[in-house]
Amino acid sequence: MKKGGFITIVAVLVFVFLMFPLVIIACTAFNTAPTISFPIQGFTLDWFKNVFATESFIDGFKLSFTLAIVATLLALLVGVPAAYALSRFSIKGKKFLKNYFLSPTIIPGIVLGYALYQFIVLTLKMGVIEGLLIGHFMVVLPYIIRVVGSSLEQFDFSIEEMAWTLGCPKIKAFFKVVLPNISSGIVASFMLAFINSFNNIPISMFLSGPGVRTLPTALMNYIEYFYDPTVSAISVLLMIGTILIMVLVEKTLGIGALTK
Amino acid sequence: MSLGRYLSFFSDTYYLNIFVRTIRVSLICTLVCMILGIPTAYFISRTSKKVRGVLMAIAIFPMLTNSVIRAFAWINVLGKNGIINQILGIFNIEPVSMLYTEFSVLIGTIYLFLPLMIITLVGVMENIDNDMMEAAESLGANRIVAFFKVILPMSVPGIITGSVLVFTGALTAYTTPQLLGGPSNMLMSTLIYQRAMTLNDWTSASVIALIMIVTTLIVMKGLNYVASKLDKRGLE
Repeated sequence: MKKGGFITIVAVLVFVFLMFPLVIIACTAFNTAPTISFPIQGFTLDWFKNVFATESFIDGFKLSFTLAIVATLLALLVGVPAAYALSRFSIKGKKFLKNYFLSPTIIPGIVLGYALYQFIVLTLKMGVIEGLLIGHFMVVLPYIIRVVGSSLEQFDFSIEEMAWTLGCPKIKAFFKVVLPNISSGIVASFMLAFINSFNNIPISMFLSGPGVRTLPTALMNYIEYFYDPTVSAISVLLMIGTILIMVLVEKTLGIGALTK
Repeated sequence: MSLGRYLSFFSDTYYLNIFVRTIRVSLICTLVCMILGIPTAYFISRTSKKVRGVLMAIAIFPMLTNSVIRAFAWINVLGKNGIINQILGIFNIEPVSMLYTEFSVLIGTIYLFLPLMIITLVGVMENIDNDMMEAAESLGANRIVAFFKVILPMSVPGIITGSVLVFTGALTAYTTPQLLGGPSNMLMSTLIYQRAMTLNDWTSASVIALIMIVTTLIVMKGLNYVASKLDKRGLE
């Protein structure tokens, strides 16, 4: 089909706008110049070496990665049964519960971070790691419930009932019949939750403690004091990670799974 | 507890300025995302399935990239020694300071949320039958008229959903105004952090927090109300 020239021009400009800044960072990561400059003067991998020599980045990555995995797994443990109960049974106040579970997406992240800071850090005086874990758990739980919930809506529960009438215990039927059927929803929710926890800033800003920083907050702190291509280099590494996740999702579920 | 604190928030010009700036940035951001997003989403939705997958991947990629990195990228572009000023330098034009202005916050915020608008709109537009457009054209409408009379009205639910997501997102984004705005261009989100963590002013921070929640809710409910009104008109 032919397309209007105007629409094509806008679309091309938008794609240039979306890619341009990221391409620039990728270029400056390999540049020899100590300040960020363009065009490139010479090729070097020193900034990447610098990334691995900067302790706050390495520690931050380890913390962010562990936090994202643990928070997401915990959220799956809570979220999958919750989503199942919400779509399977007609519970009193179902609508309220559904809205309640999804409310962290309505409440601005920065407000949630502030509220958690007051409650977890000031009132309960919890440790930094425990606090971060609770915060990230709250951030990712709505994604799990929403995505798993929407794939449960596609699931025909009469299959499960059939397993029951054939004598399969309810718990076993859940693991043998329901779970395999919603596995792609679970994987998609895991990916979404992981990415959102890993990239989260507002919650981590409030809950980080002395010497304990997630990677994004460590990066943010670094940018406020230094201005060099080390940040470009770490950006390239993180972008490669993002591409790997996208390829993985595309191969297993189709990229559309990430836009739910 | 009294309403006095809320009244004094809105009567303090410093706070009021930040509130108005936040609303202004969010509003302009939503409008720009709409103006750029609608043609782009339409373009993507009319491509073949294979091309569409690639274009969607390019649109999703910035969304999955950390917002610190995205803001940092714009520091490189707009900064004093940034790309734009280096290009201007070639033509012997004095460097322009674009960073730490409302303009840079706006660019950063648009960059943050344009993909969200595009993805939401593609979801709606790819379900519009191609025949609609062809029917309109065969009945004598030219392409632009057909677009405005056929595609646009059918995309209204997607436009509303996208606008709610972009507006509320822009209203509450923290990283971008923090890194691209600087202290003289604070928004509500950076104000709340500054009040709470730098100044230990819990009362103000809580007042700002509630104002942000209420504003978000009003915008969501308001736009959804508009959407339901428009939908009814469509059915008649």
